[in-house]
Amino acid sequence: MAELLQFTFSGLTVGAIYALVALGFTLIYNASDVVNFAQGEFVMLGGMVTVFAAAAGVPLPLAAVFAVIVAVAVGLLLYWLAIEPARGASAVTLIIITIGASILLRGLAAVGFDKNYHSLPPLLGNDPWMIAGAALLPQSTVVLIGTGAIVAGLWFFMTGTLIGKAMLATAANRLAARLVGINTSAVVGLSFAMSAAIGGIGGILIAPITLTNYDVGTLLALKGFAAAMLGGMGHPLGAVAGGLLLGLLEAFSAGYVSSQYKDAVAFLVILAVLFAMPQGLFGKGDVERV
Amino acid sequence: MTVRRVLASPYALVIAIALIVVVLPWFLPSNFYVRIATLVYINALAVLGLNLLMGFAGQVSLGHAAFFGLGAYAVAVGPTHLGIPSWIALIGGVLLSALIAFVVGRPILRLKGYYLAVATLGMGLLTAMMIANEVAWTGGPNGMPVPRLVVFDWRVTGSQMWYWVSGASLVLGAWVAVNLIESPTGRAFRAIHDSETAARVLGIDIARYKLAAFVISAMYGTLAGAYVALFDGFVTPDTSSFIRSIEFVVMAVLGGLGSILGSIVGAAILIILPQLLTVFHDYEHIVLGLIMIVFMIFLPAGLVPSLAALIRRRSA
Repeated sequence: MAELLQFTFSGLTVGAIYALVALGFTLIYNASDVVNFAQGEFVMLGGMVTVFAAAAGVPLPLAAVFAVIVAVAVGLLLYWLAIEPARGASAVTLIIITIGASILLRGLAAVGFDKNYHSLPPLLGNDPWMIAGAALLPQSTVVLIGTGAIVAGLWFFMTGTLIGKAMLATAANRLAARLVGINTSAVVGLSFAMSAAIGGIGGILIAPITLTNYDVGTLLALKGFAAAMLGGMGHPLGAVAGGLLLGLLEAFSAGYVSSQYKDAVAFLVILAVLFAMPQGLFGKGDVERV
Repeated sequence: MTVRRVLASPYALVIAIALIVVVLPWFLPSNFYVRIATLVYINALAVLGLNLLMGFAGQVSLGHAAFFGLGAYAVAVGPTHLGIPSWIALIGGVLLSALIAFVVGRPILRLKGYYLAVATLGMGLLTAMMIANEVAWTGGPNGMPVPRLVVFDWRVTGSQMWYWVSGASLVLGAWVAVNLIESPTGRAFRAIHDSETAARVLGIDIARYKLAAFVISAMYGTLAGAYVALFDGFVTPDTSSFIRSIEFVVMAVLGGLGSILGSIVGAAILIILPQLLTVFHDYEHIVLGLIMIVFMIFLPAGLVPSLAALIRRRSA
C-alpha cells in the first residue's frame, strides 16, 4: 500500500509537468494548428534562466519572474520571426521549423549557460513528509498546487474574460473569428506567450526535484506531445488528463515492471489507447471535406 | 526522341544520378571526401524510402530510425551471435523488417496525422529502448563491433569499395522508386495523399496501399542501416534514436517531399553541413537550427521543388 502511494506521488509530480507541456502544445495548436516541438525548451529556459539569474545574485523570486519573462519573450520571438513568416506552409514544414527552433535554443543554452546539471532550492524545504508510509516531497505538493492553479487560472481566463473568449472563438473557427473582428494574429501571438509562460513556470517548479540542464527540453517535448495526443489533440482538459496519466503510467511501470522499460510501457499503453480510440481519450472524430 | 522528351522522362533523373555517382570520384581530393559521399548515398537511400511514405503516400513517420537501427543490428547480431554470414544477415534483416512493418503497420496506419506521428514515434522509442537495454545481445549503450561484409570471396571493405556499393544501391533504389511512382500503385499513393475519402470513393483499397508504402519504406531504411553498420564496422544505439528519425524527416522535407532528387539533396545537406560546421564547433547546433528555420520559411516546399518552380517561372 505504501508502495502504491509512493509511486502515485512520484507519478503525479512528473505527470503534472507533462500536463503543463501538453497544455502548452494544446494552446498553440488550437490557436494556429501548429504543433510546437520547441515547447520543451520553454521548460528548460524557465529552470536554467532562474538558476543563472540566482547565481548572479538576483533574489530567487525575482529570478523566477525574470525567467518567465525571458521564456515569454522567446515564445513571442519564435512566433514573429519563424512561425508568422511561414504562414500558409504545410503542417510538416511548420513542424520542421519548430524542431529547428528547439535545436537553436538548445544550442544557445549550451553556449550561453553551460552543459552541467543544476538544481534550485525547494520552496518548502527538503525533508519529506511521511504519509501512510510513503514519502512525499514538499516540492511535489508545490508542483501539483502550481499546476492546479495554472489550469484553474487558464479556465477562468478562457471562460470569464473577453480575450479568453476571443481565443476560444479563434480555436473554433479562425475565419469566422476574423469576421466578427477578432485580431486572430494577436490571438496566436498571445497563445505562444501563454504557452511559453506555462512551460517556464513548469520548469522552475520541477527544477528542485528533477534538476535541469540545457538538454531537458527534448524528452519533455516528446512526452508532452504524447500526453496531448493521449488526451486528444486540442482538448485542454484532455492534455492535463493525458499528462497526469502518462506520469502515473511511467511511475507504476518503473516500480512494478522494470525501470529500464518504463517509457516502453507508457508508450505501449498510448498505442493501445490510440488503437481503440484513434482520436485520443477526449477527441472526437472529424469529417474530411473533399 | 527530342532532347526535351528525354529530359522529361522520369528515367532521365535515374540516369543523371548514375552519372553523378560515376563522375564524382574524380573530383574528390581524398578518402575523407569519398567517405562523406558514401554516407550521403547511404542516408539518401533511407530518405528515399521515407519520402515514398511521406511525400507520395502522405503518411508521417517520426520513428523511421527504428528500421535503420534494425538493419544495423541485423548485420551486427546475426554474424556475431548466430553465426550467420553477413550478407545473409543483411537480406534476412531487410525481410524481417518488412515483416515487422507489415504486422505493425496495419494497426498503426489506421491513425491519421499527428496521431500517426505519435504512434510511429512510440514505435521508434520502443526499438531504441530494446537495443539499449538488451545488453547481452547488442552490447547496450556502448554498441558492438560489426564484422566486415564478405560475399563468397569478395571482401567489401574500405571507403572506395563502399562508395561504389552505396552509389550503385542508390541508383537502383531511385530506379525502383521511379518505377513505383509511375505504376498504378504510385498513383494510388498520390490519390491517398490528396484525399483519403476521395481515394476510397474511387475504389482504392487505402489500408492496403498505405501498408505497401510503409513496408517498402521500411525496407529502404533497413538496407541503409545495414550499410552504415557494415561501412563503419561498429554500431551504437544512436542508429535508432529519436534524433536520427527526426534527421531523416528533416532531410526529406528540406530536400523536398515528393521529390526523388530532393531526398538526395536533403541527405547531402544534412551530412555535409555538420562537417563544414565543425569549424564553429560550439555553435554547430545554433547554425543548424537557424538553417532549418530559414530554409523552411523561404523554401517551404523544400529545396528541389521550390527551385524547380522558380526555374519554370523564369523560363516561361
